[in-house]
Amino acid sequence: MDSSTQLHHFHGGLHLEGHKKISSQSAITPCKPQKLYVVPVQQHIGAAGEIIVEKGQHVLKGQMLATTKILLSAPVHSPVSGTVVDIGKHAVPHPSGMEADCIIIENDFQDEWVARKPVAENYHQMNSHDLRNIVRNAGIVGLGGAVFPAAIKQTETNIHTLILNGVECEPYITCDDRLMQERAREIISGADIIGHIIKARECIIAIEDNKPEAIAAMQVAIDEDDTGFFQIKVIPTKYPSGSERQLIKIITGKEVPINSLPADIDVLCHNVGTAYAIHQAVFKDEPLISRIVTITGNGVKQPQNMEVPIGSYIADCIAQCGGYSDNASCMIVGGPMMGYSIHSDQVPVVKASNCLLVTSNDEIYPANTEAHLPCIRCAKCVEVCPAKLLPQQIYWYASTQNFERVTEYHLFDCIECGCCSYVCPSQIPLVQYYRSAKSKIWEMEADQKKSNNARKRHEARQHRLDEQKREREERLRQKREMLNSKKGKTEENEIDVKKAAIAEALARVKQKKETQAIQPKNTDNLNAEQQRQIEEADQRRKAMKREHDE
Amino acid sequence: MLFRKASSPFISAQASVHSIMYQVLYALIPGTLAAIYFFGWGVLINLILAATVCLLSEALVLKLRNRPVEAALKDGSALITACLLALALPPLVPWWLTVIASIFAIVIAKQLYGGLGFNLFNPAMVGYIVVMISFPREMTFWTPPLGAVDHWLSFSDTLRVIFQGALPDQSTIDSITMATPMDTLKTQIALENDIASTRSHKVYGAVFSDISGKGWEWINLLFLLSGLWMIKRKIIDWRIPTSFLLTLLLIANFFSVVDYATYPSALFHLFSGGTMLCAFFIATDPVSACTTPRGRWIYGAGIGVLVYTIRTWGGYPDGIAFAIVLMNMAVPLLDYYTQPKTYGKTEVE
Repeated sequence: MDSSTQLHHFHGGLHLEGHKKISSQSAITPCKPQKLYVVPVQQHIGAAGEIIVEKGQHVLKGQMLATTKILLSAPVHSPVSGTVVDIGKHAVPHPSGMEADCIIIENDFQDEWVARKPVAENYHQMNSHDLRNIVRNAGIVGLGGAVFPAAIKQTETNIHTLILNGVECEPYITCDDRLMQERAREIISGADIIGHIIKARECIIAIEDNKPEAIAAMQVAIDEDDTGFFQIKVIPTKYPSGSERQLIKIITGKEVPINSLPADIDVLCHNVGTAYAIHQAVFKDEPLISRIVTITGNGVKQPQNMEVPIGSYIADCIAQCGGYSDNASCMIVGGPMMGYSIHSDQVPVVKASNCLLVTSNDEIYPANTEAHLPCIRCAKCVEVCPAKLLPQQIYWYASTQNFERVTEYHLFDCIECGCCSYVCPSQIPLVQYYRSAKSKIWEMEADQKKSNNARKRHEARQHRLDEQKREREERLRQKREMLNSKKGKTEENEIDVKKAAIAEALARVKQKKETQAIQPKNTDNLNAEQQRQIEEADQRRKAMKREHDE
Repeated sequence: MLFRKASSPFISAQASVHSIMYQVLYALIPGTLAAIYFFGWGVLINLILAATVCLLSEALVLKLRNRPVEAALKDGSALITACLLALALPPLVPWWLTVIASIFAIVIAKQLYGGLGFNLFNPAMVGYIVVMISFPREMTFWTPPLGAVDHWLSFSDTLRVIFQGALPDQSTIDSITMATPMDTLKTQIALENDIASTRSHKVYGAVFSDISGKGWEWINLLFLLSGLWMIKRKIIDWRIPTSFLLTLLLIANFFSVVDYATYPSALFHLFSGGTMLCAFFIATDPVSACTTPRGRWIYGAGIGVLVYTIRTWGGYPDGIAFAIVLMNMAVPLLDYYTQPKTYGKTEVE
């Protein structure tokens, strides 16, 4: 694999206006302690953990609140010391405004940590398995936004290239930029730990060329390391370069095959924020209880980057930023290309919340979902699609609910980056159509599965019933056959008996006839001669009759 | 704070169909002006007539279909159809012919298919084919280009010819019309006269110029330049015109090299008739063209082959309308079979 010098291109993409200056100029500020913290049990891709605290229980900062035995999952920890005041449903940041299981903690403002035993430099002597467990128990998930449990990615050992993703390609977001500027050494240390776990041979740090300060800071941190393991690659600013698969294409020139993982081509990708969190876990034994959040947009008075304890109310964060400006209109969690709008700020910041974008009325132009123009097939979307799809064809079939065709046109390779919607001259909310088509197909597949199971159950039952019926019939048949054969024998006997009786009777009659037939007529007083003649005649008649009979 | 609900992406390039269509219309202006300059007022009259009928019939059908009328009229697509049609029709066709072609284009070929975005065929070309097949005599009413003959029809004379069929004094329809260079060549080659003698002929040789035909070369050149401007502004795709022109050039060049007496040069083909209008304005109509990159190469090349075939061996002097409509039919198939290889389709080594 040659990933040393040259950069590669991925298809499509957009050159977007960055809007990064709004928040990138201010240093990371700590979020002031608040009274209440709402910690959702599930903040990652995978199964929810098992709650191990009780209502009313006193917890320490960094204490585990929910654990998990399932691999695809991550524990959560208390961001402060205090009391568990409630465990139950609470609104979480989600486009539908849904509620989820949360643990609500009242801060005692003592900032009392749970006992910590950092392994620090000793990690060099530790094996991959034990290190992975530290990462896992610290509840570290991908902080670029995908929140995939980090330890799972690190199960492959013998990955050639570790890519550290400091691209941050979405407009407005600057949390990784600031993190790299201010905590470069920790990031590099975290990357070294990951490299140790997966036995990587090189670590490439990818940063977009619109972050010169971050590049400089990271370079300084790398220069302290003399192993030659690290290397910075400055990549051109283009959205969505920070998308894992697109970034891998840029760095290695290889595409991650469909239905495969980066590990299958010996690459592993981690966000710089994740690397920082891993450093904190190993060197300070601090679980993931806070993250850097970019709070930006013209709808907030003092945009900035803030280190926010996980579980803080968004409203509290906004208040610390001077509150909303008068023309604030929309709260977006994430960036303007892939984020989602929320209905309320009474929801907590979670591990995935990299950005809170509060837009003013004139700042964003959400596509009009009601009355867009028809698609004119200009194929501008084809030119910008980083997955090399034909968005206009998928839209055509998605809008007519032709799900078979939609799948043939690779709907499920869509990464929902929003490039197609961005360029569409008809202002069609294409991504929305794709999401809806995807969920409908999933629904149909689930239904199909259900009905398949039902059908299989039904068929199995039918088969069982048929089998029973068949067996019963077989038994009946055998029984009947047996009976029949007995009955048959009796009939034969009867016939034989009858036949014998008839034959007997006939014989008797014959005998009688014979005796009667040879009875002489006019035989009284016959002389010897006459008698002899009669007897001769009788004999002849008898013979003739016998001949005739025969 | 409003907490407005919306779906990603929340930002947009603010491109609009309206802006694309109007830029195409602007790009049509230089070539159209040249056509009026070389072929007289008839071109302008046809243009106004076609535009009026196209807009009216579009409005009428939209009203019948209970669709928003104003927004659709403003998108400029009906005007583009009217322009293409008017530029394709001979300048002295009777008014009712333009009306029929326009109605057919908008009502049948566009609105009955579902309106903008849903038409399988290029509406202007369908309208053109209908009148071409139905009224072949009227479709030869081309005025001689400026510089070919002495007389020049005035605006009022042209109006009378078009609307009343009344010819100016002491003239016949044959004296005020003249076959196009391509038509002339076709007839003469059929009569076994070679190209050189046809071009130098003292009567019908007058329509020819050094490159192609008087007027035609300028009109084509201007459409070419406007087309390049549109490509630069990314209003049209560059593949279709490139593929079409390259194919036409290669085929025409091959035959003219083999037999220059019967097959006109590639340059003549490129700068004659509707070649450049087709390359940059008709074949690139996004609705009825291919959308995949590979499909667009094939689509353009297909049009090139068909145009040359119909021009050279077919029954019509120019084959653009037929070539376009035939390739329109192939679009769904081409789009399906030329899907790009999606990200990650490559196998692991």
